[in-house]
Amino acid sequence: MTSKKRKWTPSSFIMLGIFIIISIFALFPLVAIALGSLKPSTEILRFGLNLKLQPELLSFDNYSFIFSGESDYFTWYKNSIIITVASTLSCLLLTSMVGYGLAVYHFKFKNLIFGLVLIVMMIPVEIIMLPLYKLTMNLGLMDTLIGAFLPFVVAPIPIFFFRQYASGLPKDLLDAARVDGCTEIGIYFRIMMPLMAPAFSSMAILQALNSWNNFLWPLIVLRSSEKLTLPIGLSTLLTPYGNNYDVLIAGSVMAIFPVLILYIFFQRYFIEGMTAGGVKG
Amino acid sequence: MGNSNLEMDRKPALNPKKRVKPSNLLYSQNIAPYFFVFPFLISFVIFFAYPVVSTVIMSFQEVLPGQVTFIGLENYKELWNPTFLKAIRNSMVYTILTLIILIPLPLVLAVFLNSKVMFAKNMFRSITFIPALTSVVVAGIIFRLIFGQQEGALLNSILGSFGIEPIAWLNKASTSMFTLVVLATWKWMGINILYFLAGLQNIPRELYESAEVDGASTWRKFVHITLPLLKPISIYVFTISIYGGLSMFAESYMLYGSNKSPNNIGLTIVGYLYQKGIEQNNLGFGSAVGIVLLLITLIITFIQLKFFGMFKKEEAR
Repeated sequence: MTSKKRKWTPSSFIMLGIFIIISIFALFPLVAIALGSLKPSTEILRFGLNLKLQPELLSFDNYSFIFSGESDYFTWYKNSIIITVASTLSCLLLTSMVGYGLAVYHFKFKNLIFGLVLIVMMIPVEIIMLPLYKLTMNLGLMDTLIGAFLPFVVAPIPIFFFRQYASGLPKDLLDAARVDGCTEIGIYFRIMMPLMAPAFSSMAILQALNSWNNFLWPLIVLRSSEKLTLPIGLSTLLTPYGNNYDVLIAGSVMAIFPVLILYIFFQRYFIEGMTAGGVKG
Repeated sequence: MGNSNLEMDRKPALNPKKRVKPSNLLYSQNIAPYFFVFPFLISFVIFFAYPVVSTVIMSFQEVLPGQVTFIGLENYKELWNPTFLKAIRNSMVYTILTLIILIPLPLVLAVFLNSKVMFAKNMFRSITFIPALTSVVVAGIIFRLIFGQQEGALLNSILGSFGIEPIAWLNKASTSMFTLVVLATWKWMGINILYFLAGLQNIPRELYESAEVDGASTWRKFVHITLPLLKPISIYVFTISIYGGLSMFAESYMLYGSNKSPNNIGLTIVGYLYQKGIEQNNLGFGSAVGIVLLLITLIITFIQLKFFGMFKKEEAR
């Protein structure tokens, strides 16, 4: 692509024009909220969110209010970080094992188990929300951070992805390690897992992003304000009176911010992870 | 890691009959696979199979705290009410509209991004993907404010410059559906472009080259090579869009700031499930709603299999 001289044709300009419009459409809501976060919340409530610059109104007051610690915002932030880290680490460890097991070994119930993975993938989770809610209550996990992610840790898409990745690993390595007297579990943790590093990066991003942005299940499980995650906490601020709009808007910007920074540096893994469900090849 | 160590200790004890030295078990290729898939089996039984069975049973029961009564088909009979029918209609309309927009548009845009004469491809790919990074909550907050009814809110102020009166977007059924579809388009277009791009990159270049030799026009190449070969990925995008559309909930919840919308114009199937099951704590009735959603998705999956035979192709690969 780099060596070839590119042709500039009229259609290039038409496509360029279309993509400039699409890019504006993709970016202006984010620009609007970033700009809005610098305006007093009363202004937003009275006039709505817009792209007027109004330099005389701009200040970091909303952010300094959040940092003053008068709201629960940082507790939510902390909870979201805890849940994201815990669920991502446990998800990666467990699903990679399952995917690897399904890819590398031949055993009796292999196809049946893989079929079950596909079934879990195909049934919308919303359908089992109520029995899971009852189960979580019975397990005493309501309003706990662990209850907010535990049922979905062994997620089907990462299993599917790890299985696909692991089936491409060189099988000779397995035999070589066996000859050297390595245990089956040792082979996985010492030899195969490091080879699956790229798959881990993609899945880490997929799982972390899902966890960071997750809505319905934490909404059901988490009740008290000091247990809420960021999305749930923000949603409680959305009242018709708009008395919390300062935290709401600046808080929304701060919720996207870490994701955007990571995206800039790890774009490839974001793209790979988030389209992992797609059939490859 | 703690978990896996536990497992290693427990495994030998589980099979005392086999009379193999515990150390041999660690090397057994017959036992190892079950160790690896064990986390899935546990999670499947507790957090999937049990809830599925339980929700089917609950849908025939009246579940009150400490008292469960079998009431047969009562829940299902009660489902035949205007509110639920409205919720189904909203979910269906939303799904169809998102399908109409979120398949052809990203497909064409992906073809543009894959074109030889397009420039700054990577930049545009990265930019169109950014909305997918935001949570539905944040996206909902932003669109609620942009579609605010104030004269100065972004959309109304743009319309105002054309002399159009401010619109209360979220108060009317048609405009609130429009808002939901714009939100979905904004959030999912980038991802769908990526899916189609992945599909396009799998089409062998020689096909186009030989078509060029035969003097095929750009349009003919698109219709006779690109579209047919994009079929598998289109089916995939179609499937996830249907599932996503039918189970939409958070978008509407965020636009209205709660599960309540004027005249239920924003109520969806899952919204109704949440209202009955969680808000009103009627687990039996809520389960019946869930079963209806399950049946709808199963019927759609079945029709899809009939038409596309997706899984047959998958196995043949």
